[in-house]
Formats: sequence, C-alpha cells, structure tokens
Amino acid sequence: MIYEFFSNLFNNQVIGYIISAALPLLFFILPFVLVAVYMERKVSAHMQDRLGPMRVGWHGVLQTIADLLKLLQKEDITATANDKPLFNLAPIVVFAGSYAAFAAIPFTGAYIGSNIDLGIIYIIGATGLVVAGILMSGWASNNKYTLLGAMRAAAQIISYEIPTILVVLSLIMITGTMNLNTMSQMQTGYFWNWMILGGPGLGVTKFLLIPFMIIGFFVIYISTLAEVNRTPFDIPEAESELVSGYHTEYSGMKFSIFFLAEYANMFAVSAIVATLFFGGYQSPFGYLGNTLGAHWLVPIEQFFWFAIKGTFFVFVQMWLRWTLPRLRVDQLMAVCWKYLIPIAFVNLIIVGLITIL
Amino acid sequence: MKEYLNNIWSAISTIFIGMGITWRHMFVPSVTIQYPDVKLDLPERERNRLYVNMDDCIGCDQCARACPVNCIEIETVKGIPEDDIGKTSNGKKKALWVTKFNIDIAKCCYCQLCVFPCPTECIYMTDVYEFSEYDRDNFIYDFVTLTPEEREQKKINYQKFEEEKAAKKAAAAEEAAKAKAAEKKDDNKEQN
Repeated sequence: MIYEFFSNLFNNQVIGYIISAALPLLFFILPFVLVAVYMERKVSAHMQDRLGPMRVGWHGVLQTIADLLKLLQKEDITATANDKPLFNLAPIVVFAGSYAAFAAIPFTGAYIGSNIDLGIIYIIGATGLVVAGILMSGWASNNKYTLLGAMRAAAQIISYEIPTILVVLSLIMITGTMNLNTMSQMQTGYFWNWMILGGPGLGVTKFLLIPFMIIGFFVIYISTLAEVNRTPFDIPEAESELVSGYHTEYSGMKFSIFFLAEYANMFAVSAIVATLFFGGYQSPFGYLGNTLGAHWLVPIEQFFWFAIKGTFFVFVQMWLRWTLPRLRVDQLMAVCWKYLIPIAFVNLIIVGLITIL
Repeated sequence: MKEYLNNIWSAISTIFIGMGITWRHMFVPSVTIQYPDVKLDLPERERNRLYVNMDDCIGCDQCARACPVNCIEIETVKGIPEDDIGKTSNGKKKALWVTKFNIDIAKCCYCQLCVFPCPTECIYMTDVYEFSEYDRDNFIYDFVTLTPEEREQKKINYQKFEEEKAAKKAAAAEEAAKAKAAEKKDDNKEQN
C-alpha cells in the first residue's frame, strides 16, 4: 500500500522499496525503543519505590539517548573462538525477523507496509526467523551459557507458537480473513465492535463469543509474552542463571541490535494482540475527524489509538515483568503444553462451533 | 480435573493480586534520596573530617600524642617576649608559635581520641565526609595559619632571641667573673 504510493511518487520501484522498508524503522521503531527503554526503567523503578533515571535531562528523559551514544562508542568485541560469519550475522537475522513483522501490521487505515492477504500468518512465519537468529548467536558465541540460552529460547519460542497460532486460528474462523487491515476495518465503530467483546454484529453469537474471546486473549497474551522472551518467561536470558543468555558475548552495536530487536518484538506482539482483539487502529469512540468533517485527521487519530493500544500492552508486559518471578524450565513447558495448548484447543473448537451457529 | 482447574484459577488470581500490589507501589512515594542534591541527616555524634581551629590552638601536642596512628604532626617554637601570639577563646595566653600542624587525613582512623585531650577544644570532627582527592599528597592537611616565610621567621626570631640571651648570659658571666677577679685582686692587695 505504502510501497505503491512511493514507487508511483518517484516512478522507481527500488526507491519505493527502500523508503517503504525504512519508514517504520526510522519513524516508529527507533523512537518507540527510546521511549520504551525509558518507560521500562521508570516503571520498574516506581514499582520498586525507586525513582529510576533522574539526572540526564528532566527526570532523566534523555537517559536512553545517552545510553545509545555510550553503546555506539563501545568496542565491538569478537572473541577468537567465535564463529565469525555466524556471530556477525546473528543480530541482523534476529532484528530482520522482528522487523519483518512490521511489514504487515496496519499502523493506520492509510499506512500498512504491505497489504498482503496472508497477514497474520506471514507475521508468525517471519518472526520464526528470530529463533534461527538466536540459535545462531548462541552457537557462534562458542560459550556454554549462550548455547544453553539459545537452546532454551528455541524450545520456548517453538512451543509457545502453538497456542498463539491456535488462538489466531479461532479469530481467523470468526473474521474469515488473515489480513490484519481487513480485520481492523471489521472492528470499526465503537469499542463494542472489538473482537474481545464478540466482534461486530449484534446476534446471539456475539454474546456467546465474549467469554471465549477473553480466554483467547489471555492465552495469546501469555504465549506472545513467552515468545518475546520477557519475564516471567525470560529463561533464555535468565541473568541469574546464564549471565545474559544468548547475547552474553555481544558488545557495542551488535548488542544494541539485539536490544532493539527485543523491544521491536515487544511492540510487534502487543500490536498484533491489539489488532486481533482490541480493534487495532480503530478508535473506541468514533473519530473527531469525521465529526468535524476533516477527513485527513482520521489516519492521525488512528495512528494515535494504535500507538496507545500497543504501548499499553507493552506497559502490561513491563508490569508483569516487575511483578512475577522467572519460571523454571519445566514449569515453562508445563504452562505451555499442559495448560495453554489444551485451553487454546478447546477454545478453538468452541469458537468454531459458535461460528457455525 | 479439579486440581487442574484449581491450578489455573490460583495462577490467574495470584497474578492479579501481584499486579495489584505492584500497581499500588507505583504511587507510593519513592524512598530514593537524590544523594548529591539531597543528603541524609547525619547522626549527632558522627565522626568525619577533622578540623583544627588554629586561633585556639596552644600547640600543646596532646592530640598528636593521643593519636593511635600518628597522623598528626606538630612542631612549635617559643614566642619571644615582643611577640603577641594572642589569647585563646577561654582566655589563656598563648606561648608557642605553631609552625607545623599537619594532619594526614588518609591515615586518620576517625577514632576521635585526639578531640578529648585538647584543653582548648580547638580540634574537632566536622560533618564533612566528601573529600576525595586525585592526589594522595592532598590528604595532608596543613592547618597552620602562618605563611611559610613567617614560620621561618618565627624560628629565626626565637633562635636569635636565644642567642642574644646566651650572649647576654655569657657577657654577664664574664662581667661577673671579671668583677670577681677584680675583687680577688683587691683582696690580694689588701692582704699584701
């Protein structure tokens, strides 16, 4: 969608590709990561009755920029025992995997990187690349902690993709589309049209769906939380056990790319959850632009709501991180295989039966 | 099955309880003290950097002798009668010029033993506890109020005074000896 716009504007496909590929990174992910890192530190600090960064700028708002400048100056260490090509490739693969998800996420009704019909399935497939990148980094670092972390990450991410996909599948059954933009458009109007409240329409099915949608939301939120390796599911990074897991050996810019990928991933899964259950970019109360008759305002409002919803779910991820302790490996697997997958599966069947009604 | 559902219920409910606690703590005033800007009140009898009020110091050397780590070095020189060394705040007249009063604060163990013997209460602990330095030599604090030239001058003055005194004594002795000798001569004459 945005690619067509730019390739028509410059009459050149290559420029169109480059610009449409770079736009979300420059104008959304980097600023978001700056804000999110600051937010993480502030949220964690206040939850522990501390203040967090206070000295760089007003209440430490420039702390992340200072940290970024510090990371840029750091030496890029590559140990002699590292497998150099893999070691250098791994952060790029991890970041590419998490960044690829943004291609199919609709930021507003007017901006979606690529309006592909496979949408959500493409996102789940592309983020699978993250596992490959993490395994590469863990193996290439030639270090027992990184390897342990990478193995745990692979086991965890692959396991938790199943409940995610099962819930996504139940939503695909209701909406009949895999395109996230279409899914968002279906939930237009007011907040009672959101999928968490049974989706659009006013039949018996809407009210029957509500409890199962809430269960589905919990399942997908927990499993996406595990997929992005956040606490309480951060066993691949587990500071107290594995130094810092698969990126122990990385320093400087390569480490910050891992960091960037982690936060980009956090937003990506939050955005997907918001799009699937909470109307994506749709406003809960209708649009000011429509009532004023200024239609150019609508995409801006949509972007605002999208960012608010995504950031809210990122905030909840942080909230959970500073509330819950880390799970053991066996507990982690038990949560996935003994609880989330059966629940998601039963949920899928019930939702399927309701949609037949 | 019942246990299974119970597990789910307890997991979800306890997670929400935990989240409630952390949410409430978001609004609890933080306990952080922004250290360089805000400082904690120190306890009443805190022991930190030593300070010597040289106006009151009579150079009695008692603090240096009390110090268990020998971090205080004092050298004094007697004042000559023309000098006005001044009085301490409790009215004692000072008799000595203090030409050296060094405290090596890097050696100091903050035991406060030097403070108690001081007869004029001129050495005491302050509430300054931030005095790190880049050079260890900067830890040797010199409390003497005199300039280096003055110190030399005082020493020379006293030496001169002593010499003059000695010279006077010698002269007096000589005179006395002469007088004695003269007397003896007179005596001899009388006897003769």
